Amino acid sequence: MQFGLSESQQILKSNARKFFATECPIAEVRRIMETDTAHDKKLWRSMAEQGFLGVVFPEEAGGMGLGFVELAALAEEMGRALVPGAFLSNLFAGAALHAAGATKHLAEIASGEKTATVALLESSANWDPHAVRMPTLAGEKLFVPDAESADLIVVAARDADVPALYLVESHAVKKTLMPAMDLTRRLYKVTFDHPAAELLAKGGAARKALDHALNVVTTALCAEMTGGMQRMLDIAVEYAKTRKQFGKPIGQYQAVQHQCADMLLYTESSRSAAYYAAYTMTEGSAEARTAVSVAKAYASDACRETGNRAVQVQGGMGFTWENDTHLFYRRAKASEIAFGDATYHRERIARFVID
Amino acid sequence: MDLNLTPQELRFRNEARAWFAGNVPKDWVKRRDEEESMLGRFEYLRAWQRKLFDAGWAGISWPKDFGGRGAPVMEQVIFIEEMARAEAPPMANVIALGLIGPTIIAFGTPEQKKRYLSKMLSAEEIWCQGFSEPNAGSDLAALSTTGVLDGDHFVVNGQKCWTSYAWAADWCELVVRTDPAAPKHKGLTALLVDMHSPGVEVRGLKQMSGESEFGEIFFRDVRVPVANVVGKVNEGWGVAMGTLMHERGTFGAALQVNYRRNFNRLVEIAKRIDRSGKPASEDPVIRQKLAQCYAEIEVMRLNQLRAFSRINETGVPGPEGSIQKIFWSELNQRFQQVAMEILGPYGQLAHGSADAFDEGQWAYGYLRSRGNTIEAGTSEIQRNIIGHFVLGLPKSY
Repeated sequence: MQFGLSESQQILKSNARKFFATECPIAEVRRIMETDTAHDKKLWRSMAEQGFLGVVFPEEAGGMGLGFVELAALAEEMGRALVPGAFLSNLFAGAALHAAGATKHLAEIASGEKTATVALLESSANWDPHAVRMPTLAGEKLFVPDAESADLIVVAARDADVPALYLVESHAVKKTLMPAMDLTRRLYKVTFDHPAAELLAKGGAARKALDHALNVVTTALCAEMTGGMQRMLDIAVEYAKTRKQFGKPIGQYQAVQHQCADMLLYTESSRSAAYYAAYTMTEGSAEARTAVSVAKAYASDACRETGNRAVQVQGGMGFTWENDTHLFYRRAKASEIAFGDATYHRERIARFVID
Repeated sequence: MDLNLTPQELRFRNEARAWFAGNVPKDWVKRRDEEESMLGRFEYLRAWQRKLFDAGWAGISWPKDFGGRGAPVMEQVIFIEEMARAEAPPMANVIALGLIGPTIIAFGTPEQKKRYLSKMLSAEEIWCQGFSEPNAGSDLAALSTTGVLDGDHFVVNGQKCWTSYAWAADWCELVVRTDPAAPKHKGLTALLVDMHSPGVEVRGLKQMSGESEFGEIFFRDVRVPVANVVGKVNEGWGVAMGTLMHERGTFGAALQVNYRRNFNRLVEIAKRIDRSGKPASEDPVIRQKLAQCYAEIEVMRLNQLRAFSRINETGVPGPEGSIQKIFWSELNQRFQQVAMEILGPYGQLAHGSADAFDEGQWAYGYLRSRGNTIEAGTSEIQRNIIGHFVLGLPKSY
């Protein structure tokens, strides 16, 4: 029994860190976030060459066939680097395609040949797949991540009151940008008016595929949030060591120091929960859904609190556009909301452990 | 990362599980709640620890030569999880098992190990930790109890306070000032003191919870053999820090046994107690709060598991253990408050009230939890430690 990364997992993680430090430094993040889609094709191709897009997908589908702990290690580094673009939405779609047995499409996703996203939320803004109401395939989906850069969209819908998953080409639907807080990922309203669609799964199979894909992407997101928290902590601590007031570094004052200590507690605790969720996902254990909700419930609050403190510790500087903290802070809020906030996941936990 | 048990760990787990299944007393929770005297509860737990010791379950990771099992630290973790699963009573000699034993293993002489360790495991000798003083709490190195060399003895004078189990202790790990001229961290020595020595007086210190768990110890010309120095003379600060690292980093591990049991019990109560015509467990706000407690207890368990995995590699707990101390103490305060909200007016009912849930344990637990963020180093001190020793911020004091 060992709760820590194995040697090969460590290597993957440190390679990812080096890769993003070179290919996606913060100046590059700022450049990419100013583009229409906040998704950079060149960076995407390099990530594909590294195998990052198919870490958890089977080798026969062009993936690396690794586990969710490896995915978490990669996602943590991506969070630390604030990698912009479609990684999570593409992972979400890939996991749904994988679970639905759409191997051909999955191979396109895992190789980076095509990118995909999932259209799930409707105007009710409810993450529970039970809340999907859109009939085949006419209506609106909201908060669809990276719909413009995606080639394919997995759509959750209802076919004669039975849940169904479809695949449509992104160019066949209307996409309207929903300008939002996180500058590094785009959200869209997607309007469906009977586009050509391929049925991926129906009934229980569709529900199962969507549940699985949500657990996969939520796990990766929790690890990514941990990386973002670590970076906010590092930025704030560095500032607290160098900024002087009353003749001393502000980090010498306990009021500041204790905020930094709290950030570390939140970050380490989120890390424990995220990696445990990843581990249970790899093992396919019955506990996985609870572990995923524990990780997301905890990280959602912890990530916000860490961001709040990171801004506060840096005073006026932390509130400026030029300081990088707000980029992570914006991402933190989007991540807190994505795939269910703490309230949503606590209710899920209550269903699993109280009822 | 692999949380699967190795074949050896699995054998150990199965053996422990089978033993607990046959040996956990069924009446513990009832005894705990109904027993009037602290001493009565203590003697019950002491007998239970003796039973564990006789069966080879005390001191899982302690050396075999001294009554332990000589197993890797991860088996200690497995053992704690099995204790939790079996809802077994805790052991009595907690200060010895969690703090002082590991200190003697790390710093003690072969003679000291031989003399003290196995009697810690069997609960034959109960230990307490004489660190804090009336004028040296958070600033522990400012302590003023003195040890003056006289032949082959140190003569100890002074006062310790907030000492858990002082009322039950046969022995004390005592930190005294042996070189008043040296800088405050450099003139301290750790001594093993027989609490039955002439000149030792223990007085109970009544707490807000109504008990006297802690005590004050007065030392008047107490003679302690030089052979009872742990580590070296005037190097007691390092020994004390070793003890405190264990207190912060690993001591909380066993707490998950209680926390999980308390959570499960609170869920049972929430299913019975009415809230606007429905069980409280169906109230959306209560559900949120219970789920948050569950999540935090789980995060505490996982943090501990990660910390133990690191200790398994490095051999010693590090300053990051302060995270665990903050986590378990603040979590318990939040949990006890949630319990109060669920219990409503019943929450305030104390031991002796016929209408109280669980013999008034919840009212007691609520009050007792206030001490959690103070004992074993206040939350403020833990945050100082994290700030300076983990994050590398300049020392604030």
